[in-house]
Amino acid sequence: MTRRPDAPSEPLASFAKKDLVDIGSLTRPEIQLVLDTAESMREINQRTIKKVPTLRGKLVANLFFEASTRTRFSFEIAERRLSADSISFSAAGSSVSKGETLLDTARNLMAMKPDAIVIRHQASGAPHFLARNLPCAVVNAGDGTHAHPTQALLDAFTMRRAKGRLEGLRVAICGDVLHSRVARSNVELLTKVGAEVTLAGPRTLLPVAVERTGARVVTRIEDAVDGADVVMMLRVQKERGGGLGFPNDREYFELFGLTPERRRLAKKDAIVMHPGPMNRGVEIDSSVADGPDSVILDQVEAGVAVRMAVLYLLIGASGDE
Amino acid sequence: MNDAPVLITGGRVVDPSRGLDQGLDVLLRDGVVARVDERIAAPKGATVVDAEGLVVAPGFVDLHVHLREPGYEYKETIATGTAAAAAGGFTTVCSMANTSPVVDDAATASFVVRRIRETALVRVFPIGAVSKGLEGKELAEIGLMKAEGIVAVSDDGRPIASGLLMRRALEYASMFDLPVVVHEEDPSLVAGGVMNEGWASTRLGLPGWPAVAESSMVARDVELAALTGARLHVAHVSTRGSLAAVRRARAEGVRVSCEVTPHHLTLTDEDVARSAYDTRFKMNPPLRDEADRAALVEALADGTIDCVATDHAPHHDDEKAMEFAAAPFGVTGLETALAVLVDSFVATRLLPLTRLVEVLSTAPARLFGLPYGTLAEGAAGDVVLFSTDRWTTFSSFRSRSRNSPWADRTLRGRVERTFVRGREVYAAGGPGVVTPASA
Repeated sequence: MTRRPDAPSEPLASFAKKDLVDIGSLTRPEIQLVLDTAESMREINQRTIKKVPTLRGKLVANLFFEASTRTRFSFEIAERRLSADSISFSAAGSSVSKGETLLDTARNLMAMKPDAIVIRHQASGAPHFLARNLPCAVVNAGDGTHAHPTQALLDAFTMRRAKGRLEGLRVAICGDVLHSRVARSNVELLTKVGAEVTLAGPRTLLPVAVERTGARVVTRIEDAVDGADVVMMLRVQKERGGGLGFPNDREYFELFGLTPERRRLAKKDAIVMHPGPMNRGVEIDSSVADGPDSVILDQVEAGVAVRMAVLYLLIGASGDE
Repeated sequence: MNDAPVLITGGRVVDPSRGLDQGLDVLLRDGVVARVDERIAAPKGATVVDAEGLVVAPGFVDLHVHLREPGYEYKETIATGTAAAAAGGFTTVCSMANTSPVVDDAATASFVVRRIRETALVRVFPIGAVSKGLEGKELAEIGLMKAEGIVAVSDDGRPIASGLLMRRALEYASMFDLPVVVHEEDPSLVAGGVMNEGWASTRLGLPGWPAVAESSMVARDVELAALTGARLHVAHVSTRGSLAAVRRARAEGVRVSCEVTPHHLTLTDEDVARSAYDTRFKMNPPLRDEADRAALVEALADGTIDCVATDHAPHHDDEKAMEFAAAPFGVTGLETALAVLVDSFVATRLLPLTRLVEVLSTAPARLFGLPYGTLAEGAAGDVVLFSTDRWTTFSSFRSRSRNSPWADRTLRGRVERTFVRGREVYAAGGPGVVTPASA
């Protein structure tokens, strides 16, 4: 079983899943299928007319209970390029503020017969809760501090395009790991496909027992970046209580920020990633974020292709017409 | 009492209060145990119950239940909660004070006692609050509530964060010989945690409630119990650190006792992970890791833990049908306790049957000074008949709520009949097996 995860000839007949709620429920061939499918979707995104009829007549509901610009737009664009009908809903001004439960909100939506629900929610496990209770496909667009599977897939897609492979890649994921669903999903995906992951951050922002993920864990960012193929910086999430984890932004940047000097510890051809939104001058120096090694905007572009792939695999094949 | 006498024949009588474990008949008459002997002839008019193949034991005593009345009758009432108790073999339960209003003064305690008299199917003894409104600031009317019949004081559901209030509570309650029952959690360390802090919480991305938040409070309170000489009872211990603190204190002669729940003895935080955020696995204290669970079983066997208590905490389906973090803490336990313990520990020989009966009946009764948990002649006619071979499927509950991790599960062990004051209050499958004695 020493096959390359990114070998395009991997046989896999179908993607027999109702939902995408986390990376743990994906096998290595399934991850590869998503990434390969996303390559085709990326090609569509290069055309003059960036639209295909694949999901015509399908309805996708985007439920965003937590603020998001990038992820919501990315899903909406993906849906439109596949010709799905889509509706979006943000918590502010919705029935949530009138005290309706998540289950009631979802059931009401279900009565309108969507084929898929995309959910972003501040509570870890909220997508699982909907997936258990609703017959349609549920796609997790980020839940609490648990998972962000489409982000991990688009990050893997970006890495694979830049480096040509995932297996054996040395990936440093640095910063506020504790509050990061992006980090959790990335570690899960990358260790599954054979990359070598190192997590780095102040000890106060590393979750308990995180070494059991299979990642190497260090508290000096230099030790993580040294020799890395990929340096992924995480956003410091002060809104989730990062404030108790370090004294102030100045000390954080001094000790844990990705400066040009620290960047030079990585391989010469290393790429720099960030899931956004960035705190410039806190976890990353602008000259690195905007520098030649940065693939941060490629990540955003990959997001649309990967989400098109996920939606296509979940609800595109199930043709009942 | 004009009830017909009840003769229970052919059962295996297990009565730890007298070191009994043998085949005997038991005669209940006038609400008490009239005789326990080999082969008792049925008195005229007696109801004869065939207990062949069953264990006959003193009724179970639960020091820790939430009956929710007054104030939360949509979750449970004294009537439904005690029906659940009867179905679980419990003949005596102690009800926690975190109702609405809180049982923190004589008038409320008196009201609860009256509702118990009017509606309870088994014996209920109220526990009064330690502090007014469970706010942890001023002492509740402990002395006046004692006169109304409370058997202990507790702010259960909440910790007593202030060391000073805890000290005063121990000193004050000791004048009335009331144990202070503590729910141990340091709120600053729990910090919004909703499950045990560990590998499982890291994977699930849920805020962790670290074990040290409990054990550090137990360590404080055994010191205060030593200082005051008062009686401390630690509710629902869940961590190795708490057990270490209890063992140390006990070796020094501190008057400390503790209880453990069936769920902490049998489930872990990995069950939360496996359940994929099922809120029926959310309770306080949270399910711990496997090392803690194993340590609790060992401590129950070796006597460090005095008794089992269910912490029966009913919640409405609507409240539990939520995102994990938003749902309330708590699981029901009265109806499942016996089967959970038999299935996990008796069927597997990890716990002798006599110890099982002791921790469910004799030991808790002694802790709160209640005259139950024994089949001594003249003692209350509170008896449970159960099987260690038959299976129970928990498809329906007598409790008004069904927030149990064992809902719809099948376990070995079954409560067959429960008697309170010599009168049958529960029979599995309903009445009909009872054969009247031929005159």
